[in-house]
Amino acid sequence: MSIAKILLVDDEKPFVETMMKRLKKRDVDVAPAYDGQEALECLGQDSTIEVVIMDIKMPVMGGMEALKAIKSKHPLVEVIMLTGHATVETGIDGMRMGAFDYLMKPCDMEQLIVKVEEAAKHKRQHEQKIMEARVKAITLRRP
Amino acid sequence: MEEKKSSSRDYRSLLKKVVFVIIITAITPTVVVSMFILNEFRASYQAKVYDHMELLARKHKKNIDMFLSEKLMDIGWLARSNRFEELSNSVFLNQKFVELQRAFERTFVDIGVVDHEGRQIAYAGPYDLFGVKYSDTDWFKGAMTKPYFISDVFKGLRGAPHFIITVRHEHQGKPWILRATIDFGEFNNLVEYLRIGKSGFAFILNKNGDFQTEPTSDVNPDELVKVLKGDNALNRPSSIFRHKNQEGKEVLYAITTLKNGEWIMVLQQDVDDAFAELNNAQKIALLIILIGSLGSIATAFIVSNQLIKRISMADEEKQTADKEKEIMSQQVIETGKLASIGELASGIAHEINNPVAIMIEEAGWIEDLLEEEEFKEGENLEEFCRALKQINTQGKRCKEITHKLLSFARKTDSRIAEISINALLEEIIYLSSQRAKYGNTEVRTQLEKNLPPVFASETEMQQVFMNLINNAIDAMEKTGGIITLTSKRVGDNILVIVADNGPGIADANLSRIFDPFYTTKPVGKGTGLGLSICYGIVKKIGGDIQAHSVKGEGTTFEILIPQNTEADVPAVGMKGD
Repeated sequence: MSIAKILLVDDEKPFVETMMKRLKKRDVDVAPAYDGQEALECLGQDSTIEVVIMDIKMPVMGGMEALKAIKSKHPLVEVIMLTGHATVETGIDGMRMGAFDYLMKPCDMEQLIVKVEEAAKHKRQHEQKIMEARVKAITLRRP
Repeated sequence: MEEKKSSSRDYRSLLKKVVFVIIITAITPTVVVSMFILNEFRASYQAKVYDHMELLARKHKKNIDMFLSEKLMDIGWLARSNRFEELSNSVFLNQKFVELQRAFERTFVDIGVVDHEGRQIAYAGPYDLFGVKYSDTDWFKGAMTKPYFISDVFKGLRGAPHFIITVRHEHQGKPWILRATIDFGEFNNLVEYLRIGKSGFAFILNKNGDFQTEPTSDVNPDELVKVLKGDNALNRPSSIFRHKNQEGKEVLYAITTLKNGEWIMVLQQDVDDAFAELNNAQKIALLIILIGSLGSIATAFIVSNQLIKRISMADEEKQTADKEKEIMSQQVIETGKLASIGELASGIAHEINNPVAIMIEEAGWIEDLLEEEEFKEGENLEEFCRALKQINTQGKRCKEITHKLLSFARKTDSRIAEISINALLEEIIYLSSQRAKYGNTEVRTQLEKNLPPVFASETEMQQVFMNLINNAIDAMEKTGGIITLTSKRVGDNILVIVADNGPGIADANLSRIFDPFYTTKPVGKGTGLGLSICYGIVKKIGGDIQAHSVKGEGTTFEILIPQNTEADVPAVGMKGD
């Protein structure tokens, strides 16, 4: 079983393809997108996506802009920023805007898997809490 | 050094020029005007002295002439108003003589009547001169030729200087003479009391240079007469001239002729005496000019010195300003360079990291594939694995390189702002709380309230305290411990103390901890730059940082932060390490 449903967003096609192959080999359910716009579309179509791994520098719609849009439209979806800039600052900026964590390119596959698992866990806990709250709200509703 | 020498030479030569110009412009007009005035003054003073002497001479000539003509008139009247027979009678003559003496006191010494043969036929006076024959004397010869006659001064029979005045009359076709001897002292008094200044006096000479008044040793009459004759002064009623006498003294002479040019009355005064007041005035004027000039010269020197000092100070200020400007522009260039290096590095990092990421992913993919059964038996599997591992390692190395490149070029925000030290310390404590927790370290604070704000770069101050706290946490990594942060006001400054109770620093190392690249951390863990950067930042804002440590008890860092104003702190960025 897949640890999570992932959307991998990067304009570097070979990177996406190879990464997908490797993730799939580890039984990770992963879908590709090549810019922010496309990522938003994918999320609109597929509500099972739990974690988005997204590059920051991309054409059409950059990572930061896409992050903002994702967090407003799909607040429960966790986003891990992938930066080629090798600076912590961009990662911190992303986290301030709601990203779960950041990774620097090139990244270690095992590290990536760990972060994805953490993100998925966080998302599920979050969903769980919301569900519990909703249940509480329903059960406590006055007749 | 050489430049300094040559510029000081320039100032010296400028000083000389300025002094020269001021002196020339200040003194020249004074000297020229003063000389002109002095010259005019001398000329007019000289004219005044000459006029005065000439006037005196003329006045006295008039007096003497009047005296002589009066005496002539007296005896002329005596001769005219009495008959020859009466006058030839010594008793009668004596009566007249007594009357004369009564009227004129001692002016007349004696009187006598001399016949045409030169025999004194009647005499009244103190000497026994009755019957004396004068036919051979000069005066008799002269007297016989003129109706009125005045002789030169001579000693004659009585052996005392005197002169004779005569009137000539005729009796029965033969001339006779009434002669009177004039008292020499009386006559001499006419010129004796004539005094001018300290050295001026008067005397009378005849044409031959014989004294007609009391002789004086101050005068060489022969020489004077020679000069007068040479100057043709004897033919002029009066004249004035200067002459250097035999002693080399310059003397001023005012000359008038008496007795139709036979006598010369000389008024003489030393030039030094005559012009004493002029000389004094000149001396005073010269002294004033000299003092004025010295004053001008001194003023010129003082003013020029001050001027040159101001100029040199302004030049120095300009030079300093230029240097500062140069440093500033150098820094701007440097900053610009670093900024472009930063941008470039950022671009390069991105450009390199992306392909490197792909390469590593591809290598990872091959690695993944090699794990499949079909490849497991492969002859070169081990080699493949080694090569892939190497690709992975080198890829990560590329990442490290770009990371370092970026870190190196990263700019620190060195803008000076008003910051609260306590707020800054609390933020640092918050940021390092995670690390402290893992290191079993507790951070305690003793922050004095209401500390005044300081002016410094916030990021730089963060760097200082973060480095110190990180070092303390690192030092107590194994044992755990307590870090105490203290802030307090010390005079006008703020003192921050970062103390730990860790293992402390050995005395031998304590003196070197602020040296760049000095570290006691394991290889690869510390750069040895943290404390040296702290030192640089604190010193830059005019503060101080000191370390105290006791082995086994802990280390204390004391950071003194001055209460600068914004302008005091050089706004030069420090690069992060």
